[in-house]
Order: sequence, then structure tokens, then C-alpha cells
Amino acid sequence: MIFAIPLAWLQLIREKVRLLVALAGIGFAVILMFIQLGFRDALFDSSVRLHQALEGDIFMMSPQSTALIALDSFSRRRLLQAEGVPGVESVTPIYISFALWKNPADRSTRSIQVMGYDPSQSIVSKDLLPDSEALKLRDYVLFDRDSRPEFGPVAELFEEKGYVTTEVAGRRVTVGGLFNLGASFGADGNLVTSDINFLRMFDRDPGLIDMGMIRLDPGANVDKAIALMRKDIQDPNGDVLVLSKDEFIAFERDYWQNSTAIGFIFNLGAGIGWIVGMVIVYQILYTDVADHLAEYATLKAMGYRNRYLLSVVFQEAVVLSILGFIPAFFLCIGLYQATENATSLPLQMTQERGTFVFCLTMAMCVISGAIAVRKVQEADPADIF
Amino acid sequence: MTAATDPIISIDHVSHYFGSGRLRKQVLYEVSARVDPGEVVILMGPSGSGKTTLLTLIGALRSTQEGSLRLLGEEMYKARKSQLVRLRRNIGYIFQAHNLLNALTARQNVQMSLDLHPNLTAKEKKTRSLEMLEAVGLLDWANYYPQELSGGQKQRVAIARALVSSPRVVLADEPTAALDKQSGRDVVEIMQRLARQRGSAVLLVTHDNRILDVADRILQMEDGRLSTVQREEVIA
Repeated sequence: MIFAIPLAWLQLIREKVRLLVALAGIGFAVILMFIQLGFRDALFDSSVRLHQALEGDIFMMSPQSTALIALDSFSRRRLLQAEGVPGVESVTPIYISFALWKNPADRSTRSIQVMGYDPSQSIVSKDLLPDSEALKLRDYVLFDRDSRPEFGPVAELFEEKGYVTTEVAGRRVTVGGLFNLGASFGADGNLVTSDINFLRMFDRDPGLIDMGMIRLDPGANVDKAIALMRKDIQDPNGDVLVLSKDEFIAFERDYWQNSTAIGFIFNLGAGIGWIVGMVIVYQILYTDVADHLAEYATLKAMGYRNRYLLSVVFQEAVVLSILGFIPAFFLCIGLYQATENATSLPLQMTQERGTFVFCLTMAMCVISGAIAVRKVQEADPADIF
Repeated sequence: MTAATDPIISIDHVSHYFGSGRLRKQVLYEVSARVDPGEVVILMGPSGSGKTTLLTLIGALRSTQEGSLRLLGEEMYKARKSQLVRLRRNIGYIFQAHNLLNALTARQNVQMSLDLHPNLTAKEKKTRSLEMLEAVGLLDWANYYPQELSGGQKQRVAIARALVSSPRVVLADEPTAALDKQSGRDVVEIMQRLARQRGSAVLLVTHDNRILDVADRILQMEDGRLSTVQREEVIA
């Protein structure tokens, strides 16, 4: 029946208002799913933004550390030991801690993440951190221009005057430059400074570091170097963890995904959106079938098989899911943009998520269709005479 | 030439019951009848006499419970469901309510019964649907939706739909009940003329005395039993 009349489509467009309501309902569910899943991924992505930015091949951290916001320190000696492993070009000890930052505009304070490292080495790409010269000065810091706005209009003030002075951890500091990293779920804002300034700010043992970054010679075998470090440093001492960059990122992501409620909460939100959508589509399809019951019974009397009527309902479901998805998809791209501007969280439409939500929408509509078609069986041609 | 004289519908001692157990109620009592090709037969009787039940049995909408019912030479007693569905495709139905599909135009409604016959191209189906609408005098209304048509027009579309695939049997259940005298008359005459042209047998259930003269034979049903009456008796 290739040339047959497209009954499903004609029935859908005949009731324009109902179609619009259905599409609005499906669109709503799609948007809900996109937003929940988008937020979830944004939070996971934001939590590993620093990890991705760090230009190291191998990382070292304490086995007691669970995440960037919960780092335990370890002995710098372990990192220096790694310097002796063949293939290692350089090692960079990194200090990370949180301190109270005083907003230069309204003097309110807020916790900010501070990173200290030797400024003669670069730890992130030049695009993100163009100039670290200022860090060689005493009590100078660089400020992340993508930090949340609550830290004050630091970037604007800096561009106006060339420097900004404020207090960090009760110590007077000067912002001598800007860089771009972005807020994460754990840290609302970032500062970087030299290791010496860091130790001035925080009264800490210089021999205990929070993270070690190891660079290899170009062409060196990463797996081999890691294996060697694990054998010589990690296993005999048991006080450090050697991770490749991917493992390092996965470690952080895993913490947010599995050790916090975030993943569950957002998955639940998306799941609720999905169920709401399913109920809406079911209602629409059920009403549609109920309205057309006499017509369907007539078709049965004419010799149409049950299968034909079932396919009509499923076609309607599929058409609804496609028509409902498209506008919601484009609306979400805009919503993502707006959210990204408002929250400094990395929120983009990815092909993966688009495909995933489309499949969810399709499943939502087809399952509703499967429940609604039971009503079609009620169409008894013997009743219409 | 036995084929020509074979009845299209032959009913032999058919009984039918509704309900089960103690509530089981017999509605048809050993009904026997036959309808030959090209015949117009009217089935009359008070409501509740079982004539609609008989019509649904002939129309393969219910399974025959007892007795033998042959439609186009096929036995329907103990027939499988898929066989019933296939048999329905040789029957043109006209219902009391027009039962047109509201989402389709008059032409599409007519074409729906041609879609069951897959050996036609889309163009042929369209042409034949339009010819059929022309035959019922509705060519100008081909692209209108049912709710834009009057009651008589809708019933004529329903007739076009029932006849377009040239069924061997046309079953009609009070097709004029919802129509005024003139459109009722028109509808029945169109039905009779087209059925004659195509050699279809027509079995028509009605209360309407005004249309009895189109019938070749009149069957009377009362309390689930069938009897033949002379047309003159009823009309008189």
C-alpha cells in the first residue's frame, strides 16, 4: 500500500489545535530533558576544565585526594623522583587551596581557588594564560576573567587601571593580569600565583604539594613512563597516585558523577521530563483513537486489518515525536547560550546529547503509542451497524 | 452456467445467541434465505427482531455460531478471523450513520476502499474515485470534508465508497433513516442503479415504507424468524 492515503498524517493535521497542544507538550518534555542533561554534563565538564587545561602528560596526586576541592597534599620528593624516570622532560609542583577573596568593589568576601606554581614554567596554554610575567613580583596574582560575577568587576577594573588591589586570605595582593579558565561546580573563581606568593599567602610546608604535573619529551612513550613511575614510586611508597591525563580527568569526573548527588538529581529530572512527555503523548493519542473509534471500526468493517490501524497510531506517534523535537531542539540551543552567559558554565549542544534526547523522545512517543493502541482493539465493527 | 445461478449469499438454518450461561439469549432461530446476483432484497422488521444481527453475520463482522452461512461460495461457519477480514473486502457497507473519516475529503474517503486493492496505481485509484463520485452526483464536492457536506451528500459519499470497488454484495443498514424524503429517495435510487450496473446484490435493512418499491423481494423478520412477504402486501 505504497500509494495509500496517509491517514495518520491527515488525521493529525486535521485537528490543528490538538496538534499544537501535543507538540507544545512534547516540546516541553524535550526541553526539560535537554536542560537537565545539559546541566549535568555542564557541571561534569566544568569540574574538569582545569584538568583539561593543564598541559601535562602525567599527573601525580595523593591517594587520599578525592577531587579538586578535596585535595590532600603529598611530598614533593615523590615528584622530584619522577624527574629521574627516562623520558621525563620536566616536573611542575602545583599548590592548590581555597582562600577568601575580598570583592574590590563592595568589600564582600567569597571563597576562591588559588593555584601556585613556578611561573618560569607554563602549565596551561598561552591562549588561556598569555602572560605570567607579573607573577614574579611579590604578592601579585592573576585573576580568572571567567569567574563568577560575585567576585567583583575585576576584569573591567584591571583593563581600566592596569592593576587591581584587594585582599586574599587576609593578605594584600595585586592583580597583575588576567587569564581564562571558567567557574566550575567546585570553584566559583580562580586565581593563579607563583609558588612563592602562594606560600606567603598560606602558611604551609613547601615540601608538601597538592598536585604534580609531569611533561614528557616529545615522542616519549606515556604508557611506559607511567608503568615505570608506578613500579618505582607509587607501589613501593604507597603515598602517591600516578595518572595519565585521561585517567586524571576521569578521576575527577567520576567523583562528581558517582560520589555526589548531582548525577542522580539531573538524571531524575530528565527522567521526570520523559515521563511527563509520555503521559502527554499518551493522552493525545488516546483521545485521538477514542474520537476516531467509529471510523476505525468502519475501516475494520471494510476489511482493513487491525495491523493497519495499529500502524496508523504508531505513525502518529513517530510524526509527533519528530515534529515536537525539532522546534524544541532549536529552542534549547538558544537556552543553552543564555544559560552559559548567565552561569559561566560550559553548556553546548552536542551531537551526542541531541541524538540521545531524540532517541528518548522517539521511545517516549512509541511507548505511549503502544499503550494507546490497546484502545484500537475496542473498535468492533459489529457495533457500528 | 451454474456459476450465474449460484447464490451470492446463502443462509441455511443459522441461529445466533448473545451472552453466555444463564443469560444466553437466542436472537436468530434457524434462519434460511438466499440472495442471487443482481438482486435487491429488502429486510424489514421491528427493532429488536434480529435483522441487524443477521446483517453483521452476513457482513463477516461476527462469526457464525450455528448453521451454514455462505458468502460468495465461502463457508463462514467456523471461518478463521483472517478469512473473515478478507471476505469483508468483497462487501460494500452502507451504514445508518455515514461513518465517513472526518480527516479525509470525499474523494479520499472513497479511495480508502480502493487502497485495499493493491493492484491499482495511485492514479487509477484517484480516477476511479472521481468517476464514482460523479456517478453519485458529487464530482464538484470531491475535495470537501464530510462536515462541509449535507446529510444526503454524506450518505451519497458513503454509497460511492461502498460501491467503488465493485463489490459483489452491498449491505445497507437503514441508509435513509437520517435523511428527508427526497434525499432518501435519491440515495436509494442511486444505490439501486449502480448495483444493477455492476451486478452487485443488495441487501437493505429498512423501516422506510417509501423505498420498498426498489426491492425485488422483501423479507420480513420477526422475533428472530424470517418470512417472505409479497411486496404488494406491505406497500398497500
